[in-house]
Amino acid sequence: MLIRRPPDILPGEITPEGVHRRRRAILKALALGPLALAGCGRGAESQAVPADGGGALEIAKRGANVVGEPMTDMDAATRYNNYYEFGTAKDDPAKNSGRFRPEPWSVEIAGEAEITGRFALEDLLKPHPLEERVYRMRCVEAWSMVIPWVGFPLGDLLKRFRPTSKAKYVAFTTVNRPGEMPGLAYPVLDWPYTEGLRIDEAMHPLAILAVGLYGRTLPNQNGAPLRLVLPWKYGFKGIKSIVRIAFTERQPATAWNRAAPDEYGFYANVNPAVDHPRWSQATERRITGTGFGLFGNRIATRPFNGYAEQVASLYAGMDLRRDF
Amino acid sequence: MARRRDWVALSKPPLFALCLLPLVLLAWNAAQGTLGPDPVAQLEHRSGDWALRLLLATLAVTPLRRVTGVSKLVRYRRLLGLFAFFYVCVHMGIYLVIDLGGFWSQIFAEIARKPYITVGFTAWLLLIPLALTSTKGMMRRLGRRWQQMHRIVYLIPLLGVLHYAWMVKSGNAIANREPLYYGAAFAALMLWRIPWARLRDGLRALRAGTAAAARCPDPAARR
Repeated sequence: MLIRRPPDILPGEITPEGVHRRRRAILKALALGPLALAGCGRGAESQAVPADGGGALEIAKRGANVVGEPMTDMDAATRYNNYYEFGTAKDDPAKNSGRFRPEPWSVEIAGEAEITGRFALEDLLKPHPLEERVYRMRCVEAWSMVIPWVGFPLGDLLKRFRPTSKAKYVAFTTVNRPGEMPGLAYPVLDWPYTEGLRIDEAMHPLAILAVGLYGRTLPNQNGAPLRLVLPWKYGFKGIKSIVRIAFTERQPATAWNRAAPDEYGFYANVNPAVDHPRWSQATERRITGTGFGLFGNRIATRPFNGYAEQVASLYAGMDLRRDF
Repeated sequence: MARRRDWVALSKPPLFALCLLPLVLLAWNAAQGTLGPDPVAQLEHRSGDWALRLLLATLAVTPLRRVTGVSKLVRYRRLLGLFAFFYVCVHMGIYLVIDLGGFWSQIFAEIARKPYITVGFTAWLLLIPLALTSTKGMMRRLGRRWQQMHRIVYLIPLLGVLHYAWMVKSGNAIANREPLYYGAAFAALMLWRIPWARLRDGLRALRAGTAAAARCPDPAARR
């Protein structure tokens, strides 16, 4: 694959070949080393490592569990997924993503920005220290989890490409590899999967690009090697295995919105007051993956998934019933 | 009067146990914690599956009887039908008590406003009179009306399939093919019930009639 690297940009961000190779070696060594991670908490000691679970990640900033709610077991978070490119059943992604190759990887940056082109993932990630963020994840299907992601603010990455004043939105695209993603054989959605954000949403510090969870590299079923995490929006906005990021002037089309515009909005902010046409969004079933887990799982859903204080101002003056 | 215990009577207790087995397995799996990350969804899903399967099994009795010529198979029908109702009750009980537990106000809003719940709830309501009148005494008392009333059962799997199809995230049938399979099985059982021979004869008579009418353009002559 030809990977263009515009000469006028990011000089400090280009990884010399040797350094890149050495870094790979270190990552490999880490992956093969003891799997118990310092500070990874119960994720490291008590859970089975998923078959394709990645290596340990170097985390610069380790956030406390700001959510203050019990974390979901890693086993549950990596075996109960919606990733239709690998099948529509919850256990399909873990079962069917073994053939998926998340490296080498590159991402195309396009549209209304001073710097565009195709960049190797390593070069994209290099300047960003990884942080751990413990976020609630609320699925539009009315279940939720609490997951420790490893990533960095999406805005930090976007700014490097100097979006122009025409960049009102950011559009994302998932990789389209029918040979490695058996779910693509079924026209459930208009493949490839697409998502989008208004630029101010994308620049919000809570929006992150994740490369890992529970201290490890993202497993394939969770969107390896690069995915979006937007804790105040329904899970389907968190697009996985991103290969393209485009700055656009007009609101981009998004996969679920195109499939059922009356059911899945462009904004898709978690909102207990606005029901899905076919089911209630007032409450959710919290999946912890521990114990028998039969009783007391249902909790009230909060506006913006509990992040209203941080993000509500983004939507001031908007009719959230109409712009759901 | 000494009743002769034939093979249908003898096979009923094991069939009863067999029908109970899915519930026993489900309870066992729940107690063992082997229902996966979202056990409540599994309980709802599997109990609903068995309700649908038993409903279809009940509707399969008559075709099976006709095809095999073993008419005493009809004696299994009540047992299967009542078990179908039983699994619908279990399914609803799991939803109300285990899943919605504590959020009772939500149920009234959902029954009224969410079509998949409305449809599922309607199916349960319609099954109640059928279950209550399933005894021999009620059959005798209701006579011809019993059969008319119990035709309601043909509606139930349809409601069940709709209930299933409407609750999934994607309205796309490809995303969730299972309701489609149940729907196909139901359609086959209903198509079998269409009195094809009578329809064919009726059609023939009709065609003969129009042919005769064509030959006699004078409407008065047709009388």
